[in-house]
Amino acid sequence: MSKIKLKLNGVDREVEADPEMPLLWAIRDLLGLPGTKYGCGQALCGACTIHLDDQPIRSCVTPISRAEGKSVTTIEGLSPNGDHPLQKAWIEFGVPQCGFCQTGQIMTAAALLKAIPKPTDKDIEQSLSGNLCRCGTYTRIRSAIKQVAGIKETT
Amino acid sequence: MRALAIIFLLGLLTAQAAEVAEVSALKDPSAFDGITNKVERSRALFREAGKVIQSPRCLVCHPNGDTPAQGDDLHPHYPAVVRGPHNDGVVGMKCTTCHQDHNLDLARVPGAPGWHLAPLSMAWVGKNLHSICEQIKDPKRNGNKSMDQLIEHFAHDKLVGWGWHPGSNRTPAPGTQERMGALIAAWIATGAECPPEHSKETK
Repeated sequence: MSKIKLKLNGVDREVEADPEMPLLWAIRDLLGLPGTKYGCGQALCGACTIHLDDQPIRSCVTPISRAEGKSVTTIEGLSPNGDHPLQKAWIEFGVPQCGFCQTGQIMTAAALLKAIPKPTDKDIEQSLSGNLCRCGTYTRIRSAIKQVAGIKETT
Repeated sequence: MRALAIIFLLGLLTAQAAEVAEVSALKDPSAFDGITNKVERSRALFREAGKVIQSPRCLVCHPNGDTPAQGDDLHPHYPAVVRGPHNDGVVGMKCTTCHQDHNLDLARVPGAPGWHLAPLSMAWVGKNLHSICEQIKDPKRNGNKSMDQLIEHFAHDKLVGWGWHPGSNRTPAPGTQERMGALIAAWIATGAECPPEHSKETK
């Protein structure tokens, strides 16, 4: 067991854990933030996506030791009141169906828009290709991202 | 108690035998000392190193395109990832979005420091040993590496070294990284000759 210091959603936290414990476990079970979901446990579905120093990572396969001294952002910390432009667009477009994958989708989309404010359809497809949605809400996800980017949808 | 000891010893011997077999899968440079023609010896050394270069563990990250491969059959990487502008993926799907600096055996995600694709200029998939050899020697296509830096790359680079320790029952590259480094050093010392393009040994 090791004491690991990190900044979680802007707040300094210390957690005692096995350095190999997946960050997802620490976030959900030790630090009490259940918004990030466990999907496949093998970095294949994207449900567990969070930001580590602003870069999206799959927290289910990231040992907590990698987060030592770094900034971790989860869906709970993306905006103070759940009013990030993407979260508002998600509501407006009624994107979620079952909703399980959506926190991961939003976290990846937020990183995409930060890096590429006006993404092409190809950018969106490539960046979110690792975020699976078994309900098939992909078209609504893309529409919501494009609205936030100020890109007019062509039909 | 005696039976347990025998089982333990048998296990130890089997592991040692496997290790010896693994190392001998790649010949030591001295195995080529009998080739008196220096050019032919150099070519033979590179062909031996080619067993590593053309092993699936190396080819998966030296694709001839924008998608890395997986497995011994070199099927496309899943999940779908692309090379990106810096050979390390695109935002949201960087190599290090999932890959760590070490193998994660529980999740079967391979990892090593600096996980990334070889640039397209260093593509090996679908190329024969002649082409790969010329490419490796060409500073315009090998990342501007000198011959000494090539030896260092093959002998000590940690990402290259992953090929011999791929984890999760993946087939490792033949031999050891130390032996591969020695083969490349010997190949360079004998003139860094490339196998001819049209030869039955050049695959």
